[in-house]
Amino acid sequence: MSNQLLKIENLCVNVDKKQILKGINLEINKGEIHVIMGPNGSGKTTTANAILNNPLYTKTSGSVLFDGKDITNLKTDEIARNGIFMSFQLPEEIPGISVTNFLKYAKNKITEKPVKIFEFKKEIKTYMEELKMNPEYMERSLNVGFSGGEKKKNEILQMLVLNPKLAILDETDSGLDVDAIKTVSKGIEMFKNKKNAVLIITHNTKILHSLKVDYVHVLIDGKIVKTGNQELAKKIEENGYEQYKK
Amino acid sequence: MSKTNIDEINRNIYDIKNKDEYDYKIKKGLTAEIINEISRQKSDPEWMRQFRLKALEVYNELELPTWGPDISELNMDEIATYVKPKTDLKNSWKDVPEDIKDTFDKLGIPEAEKKSLAGVGAQYDSEVVYHSMKEELIKQGVIYTDMETALREYSEIVKEHFMKCVPIYDHKFVALHGAVWSGGSFVYVPKGVKVDIPLQSYFRLNSPESGQFEHTLIIVDEGASLHFIEGCSAPKYNKVNLHAGCVELYVKDNAYLRYSTIENWSKNMLNLNTKKAVVGKNAQIDWVTGSFGSKISMLYPMSILNGKGAKTEYTGISFAGKGQNLDNGFKVIHNAENTSSVVNAKSISKNGGSCTYRSLVRINDNAKKSKCSVSCESLMLDDISKSDTIPVNDIRTDEVEFSHEAKIGKISDKAIFYLMSRGLSEEDAKAMIVRGFAYPISKELPIEYAVEMNNLINLELDGAIG
Repeated sequence: MSNQLLKIENLCVNVDKKQILKGINLEINKGEIHVIMGPNGSGKTTTANAILNNPLYTKTSGSVLFDGKDITNLKTDEIARNGIFMSFQLPEEIPGISVTNFLKYAKNKITEKPVKIFEFKKEIKTYMEELKMNPEYMERSLNVGFSGGEKKKNEILQMLVLNPKLAILDETDSGLDVDAIKTVSKGIEMFKNKKNAVLIITHNTKILHSLKVDYVHVLIDGKIVKTGNQELAKKIEENGYEQYKK
Repeated sequence: MSKTNIDEINRNIYDIKNKDEYDYKIKKGLTAEIINEISRQKSDPEWMRQFRLKALEVYNELELPTWGPDISELNMDEIATYVKPKTDLKNSWKDVPEDIKDTFDKLGIPEAEKKSLAGVGAQYDSEVVYHSMKEELIKQGVIYTDMETALREYSEIVKEHFMKCVPIYDHKFVALHGAVWSGGSFVYVPKGVKVDIPLQSYFRLNSPESGQFEHTLIIVDEGASLHFIEGCSAPKYNKVNLHAGCVELYVKDNAYLRYSTIENWSKNMLNLNTKKAVVGKNAQIDWVTGSFGSKISMLYPMSILNGKGAKTEYTGISFAGKGQNLDNGFKVIHNAENTSSVVNAKSISKNGGSCTYRSLVRINDNAKKSKCSVSCESLMLDDISKSDTIPVNDIRTDEVEFSHEAKIGKISDKAIFYLMSRGLSEEDAKAMIVRGFAYPISKELPIEYAVEMNNLINLELDGAIG
């Protein structure tokens, strides 16, 4: 059995007819944590959206393989049901549906099995405690009136509950204070095992202080220009991205 | 992104048509002769016959409204105003004829009653065919009966209140109603009696080209409380059907009334209904309205806050699909000190449907220290649907708190993508957003109506949300 989970080959993506990604290659194996770093506008969020096949992002060439299956042109919900999760930079507010009911509904869709509500609620509560979330949020409308930090924690909560094979975290650390970043890191550690993988997308290195990662990729102007280990992140922290720009 | 619309409501269970059987159907058109005939058929007391004739005069004098949706397709000469079903009032469900019973069964009426509703009155065409009320309520002196019986047995109280709250001069369709009204519910809750389970009635039109002019008269006496639920439905015919009912609510000092409605008329119905409540000192009327059916709807329940400290809340939702023009809203008159009103109106339009929120808020100069807060939100599910807000605010004193908020929006692609990234299909995602939008209204409804409303919104999707 192959250990490979995600394989992106020569991916080119346009947004509003403008080319943003100019041939991305990326391989992620089970059990690994990868980080894509890069300055604003380099194509980080585009990479995440393209993997999930957001219709606003047009793939002009290249392919995305997941668990041996070509998912390049699958619909977003099918990709999610195949086991990819994305934590949003700006999670949407959905009035009138509680966090619990939403998670129950989504879990049903992903596992295609009915959820046992009592155990399920207990599970959610446990995760919320770990993430230092107020349990009252279970009954509140999804993300409505949540602070930025609460929204991000709620994304991590969803990741834990939905338990995907690959979690893509798009700027989950941005805008969080040190304690919240630690909590998020803890959530990632709880989630992580030998069979799944995490792809962290960030423009700064703060989260890497409390989390051990396997690979760091530097994304500049729609291309991965350098790949290394945690050391690479340190260098960027000291010297910035300038040396990787043309 | 390819566009997926939330689908037309599956109306199958609402569109069950019975054979158009009736033992008597009056000639088309409207004359004093016809009004006299209606009156004779119904064994009206003389004052009621005179009242009907007066209303006919007013009807003939008044013009059709020149504002709002175009109702020129309506030809009153084409509408048979009185259809008497082939059965008399029954006290037991068993005695109702099979096909009529079948229709009600499909609509869940006796089931609803079994779920411990206090009483059910079902109106089939123009006469109430089935009526019942729990024993203990009768013992407490609560009266719940059809209008014809009330006219015979409680004539004084009917005469004192009948079309006093909604005068026949209000508009042409009210005058018409006064002339040809038939059927409807009468409720009286004596002083201090709290009816803690809802009373409900169900109106249904079956015959093509027939109008429905039921009259609802509810009196909640001092310190009493009641929740009344009205549901309306009609199967579909090609000719235009008219509904011009009238609802008069008297909420006396310190009393409470909650009036809930789900209107699901078929898509050829013109719903020109008039509803008003007169509210006494420290009393409260709450309206909860779901408007889904009909071709054209012009419906603006009105609260007249006459007593100091009187309150009203309006919570309403309209859902217009293809070919529907729902012009709904709310009117409130603050006519005493310290009165307050809260309006929460929502609308959803799709497939070219049109929703308008039309309202009147009047705060008289004797209504100092009053409060009014209005919020209306519209959701359009595509680019061809319409939504509009036409508020009229007439405030005649300075010492008031008044706020008005209006929001018109579409389902955002970002929200759909967010939900799809959690494994929901595009249809599921849209339905979840729409149900969530409607939730503040549906949570105000009794559970079986909330379920009905969700089914109406829901459409072809399984997995109801808990």
